[in-house]
Amino acid sequence: MDKQDDRATAEPGDVRAGTHTAAPLSPPPPRSVTHGEVYLTVQRSAAFQEVRRRYRHFVVPATAVFLAWYLAYVLGATLVPGLMAHRVAGALNVAMLAGLGQFASTFLLTWAYARHARLRRDAVALDIRWRTQDLTGGNIR
Amino acid sequence: MTGDHRTLALILFSAFIAVTLAITTWAGRRRHGSPEEFYAGGRLFSPLENGFAIAGDYMSAASFLGVSGLIALFGHDGLLYCVGFLVAWLVVLFLVAELVRNCGRFTLADVVAARMRERPVRIASGAASVTVSVLYLVAQMVGAGSLVALLLDGAGTQARTGMVVAVGALMVVYVAFGGMRATTWIQIVKAVLLLGGAAALTALVVLRFHGDLNALLNTAAEHSGHGGEFLAPGLKYGHTWTTRLDFISLGLALVLGTAGLPHILARFYTVPTARAARRSAVWAIVLIGGFYLMTILLGFGAAAVLGSDAVRASGKAGNTAVPLLALHLGGGAGSTGGTVLFAVVAAVAFATILAVVAGITLASSASVAHDLYASLRRPRGTGRGTRHGEVTVARLAAVGVGAVSIGLALLARDLNVAFLVGLAFAVAASANLPALLYALFWRRFTTRGAVWSVYGGLLPAITLVVLSPVVSGTPESLFPGRDFACFPLDNPGIVSIPLGFLMGWLGTVLSPEAADRARHAETEVRSLTGAGAA
Repeated sequence: MDKQDDRATAEPGDVRAGTHTAAPLSPPPPRSVTHGEVYLTVQRSAAFQEVRRRYRHFVVPATAVFLAWYLAYVLGATLVPGLMAHRVAGALNVAMLAGLGQFASTFLLTWAYARHARLRRDAVALDIRWRTQDLTGGNIR
Repeated sequence: MTGDHRTLALILFSAFIAVTLAITTWAGRRRHGSPEEFYAGGRLFSPLENGFAIAGDYMSAASFLGVSGLIALFGHDGLLYCVGFLVAWLVVLFLVAELVRNCGRFTLADVVAARMRERPVRIASGAASVTVSVLYLVAQMVGAGSLVALLLDGAGTQARTGMVVAVGALMVVYVAFGGMRATTWIQIVKAVLLLGGAAALTALVVLRFHGDLNALLNTAAEHSGHGGEFLAPGLKYGHTWTTRLDFISLGLALVLGTAGLPHILARFYTVPTARAARRSAVWAIVLIGGFYLMTILLGFGAAAVLGSDAVRASGKAGNTAVPLLALHLGGGAGSTGGTVLFAVVAAVAFATILAVVAGITLASSASVAHDLYASLRRPRGTGRGTRHGEVTVARLAAVGVGAVSIGLALLARDLNVAFLVGLAFAVAASANLPALLYALFWRRFTTRGAVWSVYGGLLPAITLVVLSPVVSGTPESLFPGRDFACFPLDNPGIVSIPLGFLMGWLGTVLSPEAADRARHAETEVRSLTGAGAA
């Protein structure tokens, strides 16, 4: 069922993705290639490099940001409790606001990641998956 | 507690047990016997179902009772648990969920071992997974014992022992007869019950303050006996540099541990594709985030409505804050409303424990059968053995893991539940996460690196706990009469997590062999595209 979903989203495709997926995973390997060579070829292909680049360009900075923001919260609570106790509005102080801010940023990053993956990665990745499985004879280990 | 509480709570307990056993029977009758069915429920759950099951697997009694209790007692310092437990899901979503679904079949070791010489890596990773699972199981079962002590009001050792054994026996039945399919549905039912119960209580708390959250916080600060300090950091962890370091250590363990928990990773194998794994993680984050926001309100609500002293008088660790709050919100002891709400909260906590232990038992039986047994039994390089034989071993392993956990839980009866959970997270973050991340992202990672990283995180974590004040040296220790404590922190994460990463790097650099380029290419292509995924 889900596979049909995936195919359906793969067809309209992403314009930028389309330019890459149009390029075959060249050169077409001879019939006798081994399993490992197929994966090495796919790994070198422009389409795969693009998927990996897009994944890393989102995930690396996003991970750095949320880890730094979380560590700032934990370290702030331990190293500068005076600042964190500063009242901002009503009963809310900096520490409580930062804690609630962690919830907000988590929800926001979750949404951004899911959107990025759906629009920028899924179609190209799925295309590579089918091509790779054709090359390896669709074998599932 | 009056007899009414007890009767009603016991009726609700029995009803939940009846429902779960019916699910187990139904799941057991469906086609079974294949590893896909037993470990992964046939991989045909929808993202929504799996999202609920993940939430049901993750929201333990320690969070429902323990964290809200900590907030009721220590205000802001209890909040760290909620924040850490939730932010950890970004690590899972970004770095682990889809890639693990694409690369692995049933366990965490599948992913790490795919690029390596399989046997040593699988044994190391399997052993670490079983260790984490048993620690986490013991924590949940000790929690079950405390729950029954609360419910039966100072019930003797016998009743607590009986409860621990009963929970252990039930989880073995669910797993051995129902496999992943029964476990998943039990977790879904539990997640709905827990979220519903928490939402109802939260609504009652908010209504009591006429929707004015500012008034709720101010009243909580007033009734806590600490005034404004209650809402600021430092009440629990701010006294000395040792406790501050402990706070940082716990913070690290919480945020990095989730992505190394075997029972959480196993949940991603129950959906058909990586895309479905991502969508189930998104659902899980929404549900878990909502739940922890409610937990925060319940904790401050307990402080505001009951006062911290009343919470502390009922149980030093604060585990009874939410049940007491329910009793009070329903109209107080002796009233019908109070009796019903109290019984419902107790039953929800009980359901929570059962669902979580079932998930962990299943994951650890998979590690025993799929990783340890399969590697230790067959000599290097021969075939996989019969697939059905492996499932039989897994069913037996569930019984064995259950028996070991019951024994340990009876020994560790008096240990603090939240500490045990924090420890399981620290071990998961030290032993499992470094190897997993290196295997997925580091081109040069080798077999020696993988083995060193697992043992290099696992052994320091365990050793530091044994040498910590938790085990000896203080009146609250496991062995209060002895003193061989020389590591000052309760949580080993701040030392053992960097050690796990460091040893993985060192083992790789000192490897006699280079990493296999083709197999790295395979892991990378598979992890990001899903080619050849099971």
